[in-house]
Amino acid sequence: MKTQPIDRYAKDLDPEVYASIHQTSNRRVLQREGSLFGDYPHANRLRHWAGELKRHTISHIDKYLEQAVTAMESRGVEVHFASEAESARRQILEILKSHKVDRICKSKSMVTEEIDLRRYLEKHGIETWESDLGEFVVQLDDDHPSHIVTPIIHKNRFQIARTFRDHGLGDYTEDPENLTQQARKFLREKYLSSIGTMTGANFVSAESGRIVVVTNEGNSRFGLAGAKVHIAVVGIEKLVPRDEDLALYLNLLARSSTGQHLTIYTEFIVGPRPENQPEGPENMHVIFIDNGRSETLASDCRDALNCIRCGACLNVCPVFRQASGHAYRHTYPGPIGAVLAPNLVGKEGFAELADLPKASSLCGACNEVCPVDIPIPDLLLRLRNRGKEEGAPGSKIASPPMGAWATLASSPTAWKMALKGGHLMNVIPHGMIPVPALRTWLEDRTLPDWQGGSFRRWLRNRKQK
Amino acid sequence: MLVTDRIAGRSVQLMATCLCDAFYDDVARATVEVLEHVGCEVEFPEDQTCCGQPAFNGGDWPASRKVVRHTLKVFEGEKPVIVPSGSCAAMAFHGSPLQFEREPDLDQVKALGKRTWELTDFLVNGLGVDSWTGRYHARIALHHSCHGRGTRTGEAMERLLKTIEGVEVVSFSEPEQCCGFGGTFAVTFPHISKSMGQLKIKNMVSADPDVIVSADMSCLMHQAGLAEREGIDFRVRHIAQVLRNAISDS
Repeated sequence: MKTQPIDRYAKDLDPEVYASIHQTSNRRVLQREGSLFGDYPHANRLRHWAGELKRHTISHIDKYLEQAVTAMESRGVEVHFASEAESARRQILEILKSHKVDRICKSKSMVTEEIDLRRYLEKHGIETWESDLGEFVVQLDDDHPSHIVTPIIHKNRFQIARTFRDHGLGDYTEDPENLTQQARKFLREKYLSSIGTMTGANFVSAESGRIVVVTNEGNSRFGLAGAKVHIAVVGIEKLVPRDEDLALYLNLLARSSTGQHLTIYTEFIVGPRPENQPEGPENMHVIFIDNGRSETLASDCRDALNCIRCGACLNVCPVFRQASGHAYRHTYPGPIGAVLAPNLVGKEGFAELADLPKASSLCGACNEVCPVDIPIPDLLLRLRNRGKEEGAPGSKIASPPMGAWATLASSPTAWKMALKGGHLMNVIPHGMIPVPALRTWLEDRTLPDWQGGSFRRWLRNRKQK
Repeated sequence: MLVTDRIAGRSVQLMATCLCDAFYDDVARATVEVLEHVGCEVEFPEDQTCCGQPAFNGGDWPASRKVVRHTLKVFEGEKPVIVPSGSCAAMAFHGSPLQFEREPDLDQVKALGKRTWELTDFLVNGLGVDSWTGRYHARIALHHSCHGRGTRTGEAMERLLKTIEGVEVVSFSEPEQCCGFGGTFAVTFPHISKSMGQLKIKNMVSADPDVIVSADMSCLMHQAGLAEREGIDFRVRHIAQVLRNAISDS
């Protein structure tokens, strides 16, 4: 029988990869719980508030985007728009060329993964270095991040040690501190010799046009310190209305993603270096990227745009833990990815990813931990319905057909007959019952004895007494 | 998912669930006895079948709506509808309204949701029962089924269990993790479902409980089925059975 791609991926997953993911994600779940509820006993109210505010922002995105752009331009930021990935890549390349930048260090940004920017720039002669340690390892391995916040959650330090040795970063060592030193030494040189730097943005305040970038390694700050040109690549959904709203989101983001009270570094970048400021980039460009977001906004999955990319839903998701992020075949894995990915790829791409929303037991843990309270299970369900309506093959694989069941369950006479008929299951060998779903069930599990109708009989006998 | 302002009262309708109708007759019996013990008059609409959840989760909403419309007819009236399952209850007050968003009979669906209760939620929050009589000598690992998230079922179960003489509720690691049943998920993603279940079983068994208790037979059917195949000693009871057995031992 045909099997779901994500189930197959999980079945073939290297036990070492499974162990790395399980260990880190489980630790993150506990750290989140401790840091969030330890400080805010009513943290759920914060989540709901943050969700409402984000929902409001996304519903008025045209207004807030305009406000942000006006504020940015008033401070000398050059703002660009890209409706899809190719346009974004091209514009970024042009900006770099116009400033004669041939080498850049970039900090971690999921939207640059989404548009596969690094490979594109390298193909066009721009040496591009990931300065986030995890992303740097991903780059050396020519791999893809498997988690939104922890790109190498699928690797352990022994694998990283081999990678560093193979790339000549230094003597073989398995010590995390020494490995970090090797990466640091390697990247320092790149930083010092590049005039361009690139970041994403965790938030953009519409009020001030301020972009906020958080890191734990200070790599974004280090990149900004020496660069002449700063390019910030930003999804249009990153807006929040006011500067003061950042307090709420920064508090929730760090606690939800890594269990920290605040990330180690938080940059507030308001524009290029003014005349009286001794250092900092002289040129700042912001590229706002749509790439399927407007289409998502117009759909019944618009709440997915509220996501602040904390990764909490990945950490807690039992399916993500079994399958790994790579099983999802898209930049955004896990529960939120299973909603975002099939939407961001647009109408033409949907069928290809229609199996993703099926990869959930709908346990709701994702919604429970989401800092902006996205009803992820509801959105997955809507996408399942859409997959069925559009006849997408991916949503059909190994899914029991429901037509006959619906007929049975809406006819009391047929239902009562089935309750009686089911007793046959206690008599004939299960292997002979030609129902694929039942066979799959029985491969790993037993089935209790059929007791169909016996509760109803008990009730009737009681009444007669 | 929290539903407030729900309709309570002691004249109730029982939605036995398809699983109890087919496999777990004793759970349905226990539910009747528990409800009667607190003074409820229980009516069982004979034409009931299923809440419609399998097709809803499977993504076949037209098929599910067909079953839900049947259920609406069967459970006509104003009485509270009591279900020995957090999952079927959540289907009534959360799932169904979602799939009827653009249907003309959304209001009727919502109205049924407003008077549908999971059993222990009804006892504690609907009737104000805050303690249970009797004895039940066991170390219990409480499986909080996922559809109880955001509802008051988990809290209600713990509250009642705490007052039963002899009950010891044990804690185990990764309690927030789903057991991997998930309805059709169990057969659409058989490997992941099995692995999730085995992990859940391992975590619970490590706490050395005498019995695994839940408000949902679906999770327990999956877990017990996996455990039996693996030859693991794994005794399961529905919360209604625990409450009923506690009374009869008083």
